[in-house]
Amino acid sequence: MKVIEQEQKAKVRYKINGQQYETEVEPRRLLVHVLRELGFTGVHIGCDTSHCGACTIIMDGKSVKSCTILGVEADGSEILTIEGLAQGEKLHPIQEAFWEKHGLQCGYCTPGMIMQSYWLLKNNPNPSEEEIKEGISGNLCRCTGYQNIIDAIKLAAERMKGQ
Amino acid sequence: MTDIERVDALDKVTGRALYVYDLKFPGMLYAALVKSTVPHGIIKKVDPSRALAREGVEAVITGSQLSHVRAGIYIQDRTPMAAEKVRYLGEPVAAVLARDLRSAREAAEMVEVDYHELSAVVDPREALREGAPLVHEKLQEYHRYQEIKPLPNSNVANVFRLRKGDAQSILQRSDLVVEDTYTEAMISHAYMEPMSVIAWWNPDGTLELWTSAQSPFAVRNLLSKALELSESRIVVHVPYVGGGFGGKAGLHLELLVALLSKAVGGRPVKLTLSREDNFYVAPSKVGVSAEGKVGLSKEGKILALMVNYLVDAGAYADYAVNVGKTMGYIGAGPYDVPNVWIDSTTVYTNKPFATAFRGFGILEAHWVVERLLETASRKLGVDPVQFRLMNRLRPGSTTSTGQRITEGSGDLAKCLQVAADMVGWGSRKSSSHPTYVGRGVALAMKGPSVPPYNSAQAYLKFNEDGTLDVSVGTTEIGQGTMTSIVQLVAEEFGIQPNKVRVDLVKDTSRSAYTWQTVGSRSLFYDGNAVLAAVDDAKSQIRRIASKVFNVEEEEISIGGGKVFVKGGSRALDLKDVVMGYVTANGNVIGSPVVGRGSFVVPDLTYLDSQGQGNPFPVITFGAQSVEVEVDVLTGVVKVNKYVGVFDLGRVVNRGLAMDQLVGGAVMAISLALNESIKFDEGGAILNPNLVDYKVAEIGDVNDNLIGVFLENPDPKGPRGARGIGENALLGIPAAIGNAIYDAIGVSVRDLPITPERLWREIRAQRPELLEV
Repeated sequence: MKVIEQEQKAKVRYKINGQQYETEVEPRRLLVHVLRELGFTGVHIGCDTSHCGACTIIMDGKSVKSCTILGVEADGSEILTIEGLAQGEKLHPIQEAFWEKHGLQCGYCTPGMIMQSYWLLKNNPNPSEEEIKEGISGNLCRCTGYQNIIDAIKLAAERMKGQ
Repeated sequence: MTDIERVDALDKVTGRALYVYDLKFPGMLYAALVKSTVPHGIIKKVDPSRALAREGVEAVITGSQLSHVRAGIYIQDRTPMAAEKVRYLGEPVAAVLARDLRSAREAAEMVEVDYHELSAVVDPREALREGAPLVHEKLQEYHRYQEIKPLPNSNVANVFRLRKGDAQSILQRSDLVVEDTYTEAMISHAYMEPMSVIAWWNPDGTLELWTSAQSPFAVRNLLSKALELSESRIVVHVPYVGGGFGGKAGLHLELLVALLSKAVGGRPVKLTLSREDNFYVAPSKVGVSAEGKVGLSKEGKILALMVNYLVDAGAYADYAVNVGKTMGYIGAGPYDVPNVWIDSTTVYTNKPFATAFRGFGILEAHWVVERLLETASRKLGVDPVQFRLMNRLRPGSTTSTGQRITEGSGDLAKCLQVAADMVGWGSRKSSSHPTYVGRGVALAMKGPSVPPYNSAQAYLKFNEDGTLDVSVGTTEIGQGTMTSIVQLVAEEFGIQPNKVRVDLVKDTSRSAYTWQTVGSRSLFYDGNAVLAAVDDAKSQIRRIASKVFNVEEEEISIGGGKVFVKGGSRALDLKDVVMGYVTANGNVIGSPVVGRGSFVVPDLTYLDSQGQGNPFPVITFGAQSVEVEVDVLTGVVKVNKYVGVFDLGRVVNRGLAMDQLVGGAVMAISLALNESIKFDEGGAILNPNLVDYKVAEIGDVNDNLIGVFLENPDPKGPRGARGIGENALLGIPAAIGNAIYDAIGVSVRDLPITPERLWREIRAQRPELLEV
């Protein structure tokens, strides 16, 4: 573990969506801000209190609210954001399902919802409705009432089975 | 009509959708607000010296430096920041501008402000008392709309009165009179994207703004008045908006940020609220208390209704005075009541101020009217569904403002019958102590609360390959109107939706105009405007084609992407006509087609001194029912089943309409059972974050939410359609309250119905239920 002075910047390396990034961050800077400054503005901020989940990303295979960890803590890790989910023009089945099932309205919670769903389905490819609710219980949506989000995750699970 | 896919979804699922929060310009400064630490006090001194010394800080602007500019949509009662005194805890008194956000926020903590604290008034009933501290001493000097009448030397921002018939004397002669009092908490819109604004002055004196606002043209109009700058010198950009629900209508931070930018030579300045600041600085929903009284005949006919509303605006009137007015003029709502007396008094208190919220006063009135009438029907021993059927508005009857209901207004009775049947009204309920099951119904009625002159433009222009670009003024805030607009246009020309591009993000200098994105008016107004633009384009196309085919214009049809002679075999592709038809020798018949349309409802009126007139361009009727489960030992209420039935006239996109119905239902259940902004006695918010302020989480919701749409076309609607966005909430809180009574015979009067509150009501009204 690196020991850093208060105002000193630390050099960090991340692999984000398959690309290497190197940058300098202040020790107290949150990962969400670092990612947004690097151009990943799909990582949203909604609450500042680690409650809404709009900033959810995948870090070393785990879903993480990127406002709950420091940029320096993430040094050396592999990060997947919403921007890295599609393969070129080809959307990920979860993205397609959120589109088709209207799993979104204003879209602000959507990147976090999709990344959390990605983690959920990776760990549980065939979730029950209760497991879906449990799996995305840390993400808030004020528009949809959640029904269509659940439907979207079910549809995505169905489609991903064939892959 | 066949649903098309959401036109905004691809941007949103890929993270490419940009919100103001995401935007950045060269040389941009970040603003942070210095907020008042007292609820009411004279500002003695603002000392920015420590903040100015901090690295990265470029300027500190105080409220008094900007006090020459005033704003307020109905009453110009505020300056961009507090100048002489602060009127609520959390009110901005200064802004720090720095090269990065963190420096700005840290420096804001270093600005020292001295206050001479004044007594504060937090409770709206206290605000009405003789000798109460005055939130605005110079209330009568403010510029205001004529219809808004503040009372001098008081905290009363406006009193709205509605008088139809003679309710007072009829109440004395009624067989049964039922009265009760109700309250509704101030709540937060809790849209997921906090407010964010960027302002940047061009060297030619044009102000450019990027704002997370619902109504770019209202922002422009109100800025133009406040800054005394022509509308063409103000360009308002609205990219994607992360939810609004009324909270982003009107003018909010835009004026302040414009002035901050001006103060630093026009450099771009961005102000993004933290969630906590959003609770304090951005406005919320009004608080309400109401005393209601209804008189009935013994047969169950409603003879007279009196309601006295007290509306808590907080420190500034903003939309609250109009919310209070609308709460008043909806009167008896969907009921045919010959004698109606309403007073709706909007008062100032030393709290963060309130604005529009999805439902705009009509939501609040439904809680009062539907709970009161339920109590009356139970007292009379008349079945609540039959009681509502008997007293409902129907073709030929008039609303409380005297507006006539016609066959074209939809089938309210059918809505109620379906809602009652589908929730299992009258069928057996399986309760076993301590869990009791109950069912409740409520009617729902709302039209857009708009000034008579409100209107919309639309235009469409063809491209060389026959695709087309459409512009409307309404914004995409999640409700999906843009998708419906594309669908309407694509269907009219018989082309694929992907050949129609709509302006998803707005720029007031280029986009067609619409008054505001509020009140479930967008599909109705912008939809009608776009259909007018289609008609205009079609007549140009017919004129060209009639010359090409040498037939009368009436013989030309357009569909399937083709232009053809009716009944004949001759046809042209749209693309060969829409830029002018080029003949074999190079001559051109016609010229490029630009369709233009607009829409207004010409026969609406202002309300007179008795609150009478024709305010609604369109009315949507509905009925809502729920089945609840009440645990009497804990006071916890669970909604097992919800049914919403609305007569939408014509459903343009069923999926989108259902999204509004379901999303609105969950929001309404959430606010009915959970939501309130909690204040301490000094006006500080106790829950200014999404941990302590509870909005529905996924685990709170079951999937037993059913929507049914009736389609009795509205003669004025686009293809017969009516709005749904706000209506989706209206009757739900009351239906839940009514169902609780049905389950355990306990009357609830206060929103939200938290477990603690309900448990206390059970203890007071049915203590035997708590005996073990």
